[in-house]
Amino acid sequence: MPAVHDRGGLPTDEPIDRSDHQWEDWEHVTNALVGMLRRRGLINVDELRRGIEAMVPAEYESSGYYGRWSASIETLLVEKGILTEAEIDAVAAEMDSEWG
Amino acid sequence: MGIGIRAGDAVTVRSIEVDHHHRTPWFVKGKPGKVRLVHGAFFNPESRAHGGDGLPKRRLWQVEFLQKDIWGARYRGRADDVLVVDLFEHWLDRP
Amino acid sequence: MTDEHPPLIHAERSRRAVRILAIRRLLIEKDVVTTDELDDIIVRARARTPADGAKVVARAWLDRAFRERLLGDARTAVADLGYQLSHDAELAVVENTVDVHHLVVCTLCSCYPTSLLGPPPDWYKSFAYRQRAVVEPRAVLREFGLELADDVRVRVVDSTADVRYLVLPRRPAGSEGLGEDALAQLVTRDSMIGVAEARSRDRV
Repeated sequence: MPAVHDRGGLPTDEPIDRSDHQWEDWEHVTNALVGMLRRRGLINVDELRRGIEAMVPAEYESSGYYGRWSASIETLLVEKGILTEAEIDAVAAEMDSEWG
Repeated sequence: MGIGIRAGDAVTVRSIEVDHHHRTPWFVKGKPGKVRLVHGAFFNPESRAHGGDGLPKRRLWQVEFLQKDIWGARYRGRADDVLVVDLFEHWLDRP
Repeated sequence: MTDEHPPLIHAERSRRAVRILAIRRLLIEKDVVTTDELDDIIVRARARTPADGAKVVARAWLDRAFRERLLGDARTAVADLGYQLSHDAELAVVENTVDVHHLVVCTLCSCYPTSLLGPPPDWYKSFAYRQRAVVEPRAVLREFGLELADDVRVRVVDSTADVRYLVLPRRPAGSEGLGEDALAQLVTRDSMIGVAEARSRDRV
């Protein structure tokens, strides 16, 4: 059975939805962070893909495209000791309360 | 350390399961194809994805497969329709 | 973007959104990244559109020598038009002809010639496209409104590694005598992915 990202030829009757969504701010931020972290030599594209492929399948399937990128960025930054989960949890909680 | 592949050669894709990150899609593993051209040598993603330096670089080949060879009767189209996949040399064997 | 106002977020993805914005704030505090550079990347990402790819195609239609170089060594050819590709990925151009139609997909993720086309459309990244394009390209093309003649071979390209693929569509009949800018207007994003042909002149 192929890994969750290895999708070519998996059977589906789903038609191709050609509507485009408007990028949200955080998606632009995710895209830009990837660019900057690569430029700084802190992560490379192969690591980024590996981080995406390591997601539990249900999460991979249910996350949007930039949701997967952002999950991988978090995995890699924590793995490399640049940030800790506790720091991210704390700031995320702070933002949640700031923005309700 | 190449295996002496040249454009036009017949190759078979290695049919191995690996746990690490790699760029060989499941549906070409074990399949026969024909090498069209070499793109050059690139960092090995299987090393770089896991903290390695990606060296030595590996040659990346453009390999063409007959759709019928990959999907069998599931493929509906011309018998000479093809699928092109870029594959690193260490995934290829001479048949 | 500044931290002063709550960002635009849909509730369903808000957890992921809040976490990446928290990461952004932390990386700025730790001087790993700067707001200026992030904003600069966002602005430049927004500025890239398929118009760049369309100019490359229009030049290839007009200039046989350029076309040959584009098909043989795309990086050098597009550099002559002022497009400096990043060193993260190579570019390859595949040519549609009377006999062969190319369709590009990335089954493993979403590899795409962003430097010439801008960000990929959502459907290119969708599971449905990634799953179906390799195994039923003719049905996928039909869904996009392109019915291929029986004598046309389909060549699907799965961009699996370091090479991004751009399709050089066929020059539409009736476009003789048009200049480069007018020709570029006929070249759509979808025609450079291979899910459509270039527009005919009367449909611009």
